[in-house]
Amino acid sequence: MSGGVDSSVAAALLLEQGHDVTGVTLKLWENPGDGGCCSVAEIEDARRVAQQLGVDHWVFGFTDEFEAKVVGPYAEAHAAGLTPNPCIECNRHLKFGKLLRRAAQLGFDAVATGHHARVRHDGGYRLLRGADPQKDQSYVLYVLGQVELSRCLFPVGELTKAEVREKARSLGLRTADKPDSQEVCFVSTAGGRQAFLLSRIALRPGRVVDTAGRAVGRVDAVELVTIGQRRGLGLPGGGERRFALSVDRPAATVTVGTLADLLTGGVRLAGLTWVRDPLAQGTPVEIQCSAHGHPVPGRVDGDAVVFDQPHCRVAPGQSVVLYRGDEVLGGGVAA
Amino acid sequence: MPAYLDNAATTPMRPEAVEAMLPFLTDRFGNPSGSHAVSREAKKALEEAREVVAAALGAEPGEVVFTGGGTEADNLAIAGLEAVRAGTVVYSAIEHHAVLHAAEAYPHRVAPVGPDGVVDLDALAGLLGDDVSVVAVMAVNNEVGTIQPLAEVAALAAERSPQAVVLTDAVQAFQWVDVAREAAGAHLVAVSGHKFGGPKGVGALVVRRGVNLRPIIHGGGQERDRRSGTHNVAGIAALAAAMRATVAQREATNARVAALRDRLADGLLAAIPHAHETGDRSRKIAGNCHLTFEGVESEALLLLLDAAGVYAAAGSACQSGAIEPSHVLAAMGVPRERGLGALRLSLGTTTTDADVDLALEAVPPAVARLRAA
Repeated sequence: MSGGVDSSVAAALLLEQGHDVTGVTLKLWENPGDGGCCSVAEIEDARRVAQQLGVDHWVFGFTDEFEAKVVGPYAEAHAAGLTPNPCIECNRHLKFGKLLRRAAQLGFDAVATGHHARVRHDGGYRLLRGADPQKDQSYVLYVLGQVELSRCLFPVGELTKAEVREKARSLGLRTADKPDSQEVCFVSTAGGRQAFLLSRIALRPGRVVDTAGRAVGRVDAVELVTIGQRRGLGLPGGGERRFALSVDRPAATVTVGTLADLLTGGVRLAGLTWVRDPLAQGTPVEIQCSAHGHPVPGRVDGDAVVFDQPHCRVAPGQSVVLYRGDEVLGGGVAA
Repeated sequence: MPAYLDNAATTPMRPEAVEAMLPFLTDRFGNPSGSHAVSREAKKALEEAREVVAAALGAEPGEVVFTGGGTEADNLAIAGLEAVRAGTVVYSAIEHHAVLHAAEAYPHRVAPVGPDGVVDLDALAGLLGDDVSVVAVMAVNNEVGTIQPLAEVAALAAERSPQAVVLTDAVQAFQWVDVAREAAGAHLVAVSGHKFGGPKGVGALVVRRGVNLRPIIHGGGQERDRRSGTHNVAGIAALAAAMRATVAQREATNARVAALRDRLADGLLAAIPHAHETGDRSRKIAGNCHLTFEGVESEALLLLLDAAGVYAAAGSACQSGAIEPSHVLAAMGVPRERGLGALRLSLGTTTTDADVDLALEAVPPAVARLRAA
C-alpha cells in the first residue's frame, strides 16, 4: 500500500474476495522534507486507508536494499551513459524480491499490489496487460517469472482507472481523488534528475556533433542525454529535425542524426528473461520499448529482437518487453 | 496472556497514579493560575505534587519545571541555554534523539562509548575545555540500558569546563536508579512520567538554582517563566504519585526484575546459536535485555513475536513505523549487519515469570524460522 488509490482499492477488493489481508508500506527512501514517496505523509495515507478497511498496517524499511539495488545502480548507469529504468529494478529486487521473501517468512501466501496488470492460471501462470490500456503497467512487471506470479495478485488489473476511482469513492476512501505519481520516486520534483545525479556522479558538459563529426551544439551534461531525444542539445533551429543517436561518455560527445539515422533493425537484449518458457528462434512477437509505447511487430533472434520495420533506436538501459497481444512473454534491457 | 516486554517504550500506569489523576479530571478542575478558591485548590495540589517530585529528584521545589514530557524537557534544557550561553555542546554518542537533534544544531563534539555501552571518560575528558557550554550525558541509555557514570562526568566537567552546564536525560533511569543521588552533580535533569508508571505527556526538568533558562514555550509565564501554559494538573498529580511509588519500591523491584531478566537473557543465549548480548550486563539497569541475532532482520522478528503475543522492540521506531538502524549500536562498535538483527526486551514492574516463559518459548523458534527461510 503506497497510499495511492490503486493499492488502496486493491486492498479493499481482496477483503471483499474473502482474503485475510495485511497492508504493508515499503519505506525505501529518506526524502528530505515531508512529501513525496516514502514520506511520513504518504505512509500515513496508507495507514489511514488500512485503518478504514480494518486491516493491520506494517511498514517495512528496505532502505539498504533499495540503495544497493536501485538507487546506486541508477546513478552508476547514468555515469556509464545508459538510461536506466529504476522502477523495473525496484520490482525485480524489492517489491517482487525482498518483499515476497519477507511475506513468505511471515507466513503469507501472496503479495498483492495496485499494479494494472492481470495474472491468469492455466497449468502455468500468464501475465497479461491490465484492463485499462491507458494505465496498463504490465511493462514494468516483465521481470516476474512463474515463482513470483504464483505468489502475486493484481486486483485492480481487472478494472479501468475510472472504475478504480469510482470504487474508492464508493468506499469513502480518502485517496479516491489523489493524483497518480509520475516521477521516479526517489527523484524530487523540485530538483529533478539533474539535482539527484549531481549529488552522486560527476556531470560533464559535452559537445554535440553530427554524423560527419561537425560540432553542432553542446550539452551541460552528457550523462543526462537520452538516445532519441531532440531538445536540449543546443542545436540551431530550423532545418531537418535531429535526434541524439549515441553518447560517448569518455569523449563527452553526443552524436546527432536525422530520424532516418535513428532507425535501426533490432536491439540486443541483456538479461533476457521469460515469464514462462523461452521463445524459439524466429518466434514472432510484439515489441514494446517504453512503458506506454506502442508495440511493433518483430521476432526473436538469439539474444536480440529484430523489428519487422526499421524502428527508432532504443536507449541502452531501457527495457524492451515482448508481447503476444495482451500477454507479456518476457523482455530484457537494451544493450 | 501476551507478554509485554517493551517497558522502555512505555509502562502501564500505576494504580496510585490513575487514582491520583481522577479528582482533577472531574470535580477539582481548577486552573492553578487564578485567584479564586477553585484555582487555589488546584494550585495547592500542584505545589504538593511539586514537593513530591522535588524530593524524588533531590531538588528544591523551585528547581522543578513541569513540562509536557521528557522530550520537551530535553529540548528546553538545550535550547533554553543557547540564548544565554554561546559555545560548544559536548554530548555522548548514545544520547536519545531528543538530545541529539536539539544539540546537533549547535557547534558540538561527540564523546564516544565503549563496546560495553558506557561513555569513555578519558575520551570525554579530552573533549572538555573552556569553549564548552553544555555537557549532555544521559543517565541510562534507552536501547541497551547501560548506566552512565554521571558522578564522574559531572566531576570532569566541573574540573575542565567549570563554566559548562551539565544536562542529564534521566528518562530511562528514574525507574531503576536513585536519580536524586546519581544526578546530584548535574545542573539539568530530565524525566518523563510514562517510563515509570506515570502518565504520558507529562515530565519534569530539574533546573538547579543559578542556571538561567530561557523558555521555549512562551505565554502566561507559568513555572516561573520557564514553561508557559495551563498546568496539566491531573497529569502532574499522577506523575508525583508514580514517583513516590517508584522510589518506595525501587530496591525491591530491581532485585525481582534483575532475576527475571537474567533468566530470560541466559535462557535465550543458551537456546539460540549465533546470538550476542549487547553491552555489559553488570552495568545495566535490571529491566534491560538486549541481544543481536546473526542472520535475522529485527523487523521480521518483531512481527513474528507480535503474532506470538510477545511485544518487544529493536532500535528505535521512526515516525513512519519502520525500524531504523541504531546509532547506539553503531557507537558501541556493533557491526551494522549484526545491528540489523537486534532485539530489545525491556522488563518492568509488572513483568512476571509467565512473561519470561512465553518469551523463552517464542523467540527461539521465531529466530530459527527466519534463518531457515
